[in-house]
Amino acid sequence: MNLSRRQALAFGGAVVTVSLIPIDFAKAASDATMADIKSFTGGASVAEGGIELTTPEIAENGNTVPISVSAPGAVSIMILADGNPNPGVATFHFSDMAEPSAATRIRLAGTQNVIAVAKMADGSFTQTSRSVKVTIGGCGG
Amino acid sequence: MAKIKPRVKVPKSVAAGEYFTVKTLINHKMESGQRKDKKTGKKIPRKIINYFEATFNGKPVFSVDIQPAVSSNPFFQFSMKIEEAGKLAFKWVDDDGSVYETAKSIKIG
Amino acid sequence: MKRIMTSAMIGGLFAASLGFAAQAGETKDSLVINSEDGPIKIITHVKNPPAGSPLPELFSGWVFRSKETRALETDDFDNPGMIFVEQAWEAWNTPDGKAGKSCADCHGEPSSMKGLRAVLPRWDDKQAKLMTIEDYINWSRVEHMGAKPWKYGGGQLTSMVALISLQSRGMPVNVKTDGPAKKMWELGKKLYYTRVGQLDMSCSNCHEDNYGKYIRADHLSQGQINGFPAYRLKNAKLNSVHGRFKGCMKNIRAKPYKVGSDEFRALELYVASRGNGLSVEAPSVRN
Repeated sequence: MNLSRRQALAFGGAVVTVSLIPIDFAKAASDATMADIKSFTGGASVAEGGIELTTPEIAENGNTVPISVSAPGAVSIMILADGNPNPGVATFHFSDMAEPSAATRIRLAGTQNVIAVAKMADGSFTQTSRSVKVTIGGCGG
Repeated sequence: MAKIKPRVKVPKSVAAGEYFTVKTLINHKMESGQRKDKKTGKKIPRKIINYFEATFNGKPVFSVDIQPAVSSNPFFQFSMKIEEAGKLAFKWVDDDGSVYETAKSIKIG
Repeated sequence: MKRIMTSAMIGGLFAASLGFAAQAGETKDSLVINSEDGPIKIITHVKNPPAGSPLPELFSGWVFRSKETRALETDDFDNPGMIFVEQAWEAWNTPDGKAGKSCADCHGEPSSMKGLRAVLPRWDDKQAKLMTIEDYINWSRVEHMGAKPWKYGGGQLTSMVALISLQSRGMPVNVKTDGPAKKMWELGKKLYYTRVGQLDMSCSNCHEDNYGKYIRADHLSQGQINGFPAYRLKNAKLNSVHGRFKGCMKNIRAKPYKVGSDEFRALELYVASRGNGLSVEAPSVRN
């Protein structure tokens, strides 16, 4: 019984299903994350959709997790790691010469939600999030 | 610590008005300020690249406010377009005030 | 009693993998690296290993890594290990030691080292010793440059090993195991199959008996060293072969041999020979 639970947890398919469940931000995000979002938006309401965040479903090592983000019409995009000691990761700023998309590599202290909030040219905001499972305790190879 | 040296990948020539990809990498430990020295038990002070910017002929293209959660040897990739030839300049700012710079010329054609 | 406990423990370590190893298996993707000199095809899978191989097929560690980790190795700009290769290139051109000479003064471009990584370690009659790339670099530093040897496993030496290895990238590993090297190869083989440490495990318990399965959250490789020095996401630097051996021994709670010891030289030759036919892949990217 215990073995089959382990199998279910370790098997990638199960993780994908979990990560596709939408996250209720008001409940899921930490106070620090909410504070960071508020300082970015100035308290304006934040919509969902129109922003795409790409992360691994399972990161082999939390030290270097490749992510990319894209939000047509955005002037800035803030990336937050909700489960890190400090949620702030990076904020990208785009001029009209740049496409509103970027990629980087980030540190995740453990399995958690990565959140992206975009500021649009008209001053509105939108956000999305992805759950990243960070594996620990292996030997590496 | 080895000399800090930025690396950038930029096409030598591009078509006017069409997006192209720019990749940047700089060797830097990105000491987060969260780690402890194993011998003394004291926290190792934070020392990171806290800002990156790319400008084309002096005009802003792309910039990043960076926190300690960006990985060692920070990598940034972005996409941009230009209408005329010129110089794409890159700048990284260290917590200790050091500034690391490089630049590439891009032609239209 | 001790033996029974140990077997149960090892069983427990691999339990999570039972029944779904097939689903979790190795990627079928092939590795082509986008380099400044054009695409380089890497042999990551040998279907028919040389006669006498203990493995039915050979796999580079690359095929066991996640999609994202694999992608980091497909373009030299994306590969953070290349930072250290560039540093070594500067060192290659920089005079050091009493003779006031650089590597370049005698050897020209690093490309003059092409082919070397594929056949090392090898027995050297003049030195009367099994020589690794590290040994040759340090020998030349002392003998020709009048410089101090670099620390075995240290950053400077490992970066230089990566620069020299890079010149052979794509070539199949082909170390000699017979002749005067045989004695060291046999010592390496003995070490490979000897159980050590508090977990009482040998290299083969993981990398021969259980590769492709998960040990806790980690996808076990065949322990091939064709990709070394390897940039590890874990410590964000290049890792030497001996450094990896040391890490493995610590993982099984054994007292590691010294980096640069004859034991690790012998083990390096033996493990390299298990990968004869895979491409030199350094600097690889691993987790």
